[in-house]
Amino acid sequence: MGLLQERIVELYRKAATSLPQDVENALRQAHKVEEEGSNAKTALTSILENIRMARETEKPLCQDTGIPIFLVKASKGHSQLELRNMIIEATKIATVEIPLRPNAVDIITDKNSGDNTGIGFPIIYFEESLNETLSMELMLKGSGCENVSQLYKLPFEELKAERDFDGVKRCGLDAVFKAQGRACPPYIIGIGIGASRDQVTRLAKDQLLRSVEDTNNIMVLSELERKLLSEINQLGIGPLGLGGKTTAIGVKIGVNHRHPASYFVDVSICCWANRRASFTW
Amino acid sequence: MVKKKFNGGGKKIIKLPLTKKDVLSLNVGDRVLLNGQIVTGRDKVHKFLFNERPGIKEIPFNLKGAVLYHCGPIIKQSEEGFELIAGGPTTSVRVEMYEHQIISDYGIRGIMGKGGMGRKTLKALKEKGCVYLHTISGAAVYLADRIKRVVGVWKLEDFGMAEAMWVFDVEEFPAIVTMDAHGRSLHEEIEKISYKELKRLIGIA
Repeated sequence: MGLLQERIVELYRKAATSLPQDVENALRQAHKVEEEGSNAKTALTSILENIRMARETEKPLCQDTGIPIFLVKASKGHSQLELRNMIIEATKIATVEIPLRPNAVDIITDKNSGDNTGIGFPIIYFEESLNETLSMELMLKGSGCENVSQLYKLPFEELKAERDFDGVKRCGLDAVFKAQGRACPPYIIGIGIGASRDQVTRLAKDQLLRSVEDTNNIMVLSELERKLLSEINQLGIGPLGLGGKTTAIGVKIGVNHRHPASYFVDVSICCWANRRASFTW
Repeated sequence: MVKKKFNGGGKKIIKLPLTKKDVLSLNVGDRVLLNGQIVTGRDKVHKFLFNERPGIKEIPFNLKGAVLYHCGPIIKQSEEGFELIAGGPTTSVRVEMYEHQIISDYGIRGIMGKGGMGRKTLKALKEKGCVYLHTISGAAVYLADRIKRVVGVWKLEDFGMAEAMWVFDVEEFPAIVTMDAHGRSLHEEIEKISYKELKRLIGIA
């Protein structure tokens, strides 16, 4: 196994077993504010203990090791085909070694491939890097939360959602309300706004790669993120959906230009186990 | 059998399998610790049991009084046998269309998972004497620590690791009763509260 391939196996290990520090910090803060003796506090105590145990024993912190999504930034001259094959081989090795749960199911035969690879699995996106480096970001997206994510087309009368930031906020609130506790709250919410369905869905997922602690460098979006997070936490769904103050620990919004006829908003919901890791080669 | 534990923050100790009497003694909000054998089943197991309705003799495990755990674990298989790596709950509502019949056909007394279930299941819980237990979403290593042994497996070849029916021996496996046999659902209550807040925040009728 080549060094880069080994590095990709380790990327899987890190993402699956060690929750990013910014997410853990946010969960610790949530634990502080929930009421003593409440379901919310008890749940967060166990969740924090789980995060510690997974990191120490190098076991996957959730049994759903998710859909692996790679964002590869390669400099000019790298073969995307070679990198793709290397990722596929590393995925097979990581599935056995860590181990990951085999999650790739063939639509035709309904059989699990057993090694987390298959048609379009894992998901790999490529971009050209601006310098000589090669970097890879990996997100293991749990499917419980993938199932509750929503795509909206504005205007949407049912929510009185018009083509503006207030409309976007209404979509975010509605998606979280509909998700209730089914997808492991406290959630991290990624929102993408733009011209086409496929693009906003990808953009919303990209937001989940951001640190929970960062601030959007576009002031109006930063303000919207803060406001929506505060309002989501007024819904009272709480950790595990059993009531409480913390329904979400982060809202992240990204925008593209849109077509005059369209205003798509994708709300990508991520469980508390927002597993991501990266390296630069 | 249900016993009150006095040194565990008012948790109720449950010895599996469950009887109807046990189930009726449980109420929404009770925190429980399960001891004994639990059986897993998720999407494929539910679809199969619902459509094929295999007789109890065709299933290698006794489901009468069992807790059916919505879980697709990570299990390592070696010459020494099965080793459980991670085993938290999966979203229960996906099997809402099947569960009422499975409770009724196989005499299941406990459903365990995350996120709660709907009206059909709540009705079956009341009619048949069954309870819904919510365990800790995503806490797969923490919960695996309470699973002491993999006792057996059914349909591993057909359904694969994540979807097979596994039997685990558990000790002090924690859960909260969120839907009881008396018709109460904490999930419905939280949904109502959050709907009221949603209406307030976005001003819809």
